[in-house]
Amino acid sequence: MGFNFKNDTPIYLQIIEEIKKLIITGKYLPEQKLPSVRDFSASFCVNPNTVQKALLELESDGLIYTERTSGKFVTNDLTVIENAKNEAIVKLTLNFLNEAQTLGITKQIIIDIIESESDL
Amino acid sequence: MNVLQINNLNKSFQNKQVLKDISFTIKPNRIVGLLGKNGCGKTTILKIVNDLLTKDSGSVLVMGNPISVETKKLISYLPERSYLDSDSKVIEVIKFFETFYSDFNKDKARKLLKELGLDENARLAKMSKGMKEKVGLVLVMSRSAKLYVLDEPLGGVDPATRDVVLKTILSNFDDGASMLITTHIISDVESILDDVIFINDGKIILQGEAETLREEHGASIDEIFRRLLK
Repeated sequence: MGFNFKNDTPIYLQIIEEIKKLIITGKYLPEQKLPSVRDFSASFCVNPNTVQKALLELESDGLIYTERTSGKFVTNDLTVIENAKNEAIVKLTLNFLNEAQTLGITKQIIIDIIESESDL
Repeated sequence: MNVLQINNLNKSFQNKQVLKDISFTIKPNRIVGLLGKNGCGKTTILKIVNDLLTKDSGSVLVMGNPISVETKKLISYLPERSYLDSDSKVIEVIKFFETFYSDFNKDKARKLLKELGLDENARLAKMSKGMKEKVGLVLVMSRSAKLYVLDEPLGGVDPATRDVVLKTILSNFDDGASMLITTHIISDVESILDDVIFINDGKIILQGEAETLREEHGASIDEIFRRLLK
């Protein structure tokens, strides 16, 4: 697989986003065991230390936890996952609004588009 | 202990100085990219580390030992040009490596050949450049070394195979071991590097941690290198 990294952002931040996405969308379920650092590293085609750094950060955010001998798991705290999801939505929306603003698109135009595409 | 430590390394061929005061270290568990244009001195450094060329001055230590027969046991080296007898079958080369290196794992080699879709009964002479390179990579990654030295491992590999080769590299080096990779096509290996060393005209012009450099410059390693050479 591998995935296309953006060039101007540190790779570990992009891996954090990628794993978050997998948790938020339920590809990795609460309490599910995560692939090992080496497996992640091979499937993303990135350096193992970079994966390690990303996992440490996800752990300090509480999205994953380490079971001393058996590896890393997705949290069973649904609120934490829900919060991460909300954060992601807010971030996505703000990015979009910023982009729209640079194109000179007003809030009303955006609302109109959303309403005309309301079957989304 | 540093896996590789090079201090003030100098080398000339006749009147031309090809390495000028090269110094860098490789710690355990790191993948280091030695990056530069063709002819900048990358391969000369690798050849000195592998005892194929002698240095003029400076010091080169592998796991604390000066270059010798002993350090060759610690290094698994993939040269840019294959030295394998092209009349041999792949399986014969595997047997040769098994006799030659005590740390060679034949089972692992056969497993990797299968993963990479290579026929162990094929003759090297009948294989494409990219296939031969993959055989070379399998041989090198099937040793249990402290330092893997790969000279342009993606040279003849097509973009679709690139990821497979990178995966093979990433999942097959021993814990605690390190890797030194050269390339002149930086974007090919950028995502697997911990540290980078940029070389131009025999000198180190920049070195550091890949992620830190990306953050500081707001650009890819590839882009940083292009800017440096402008």
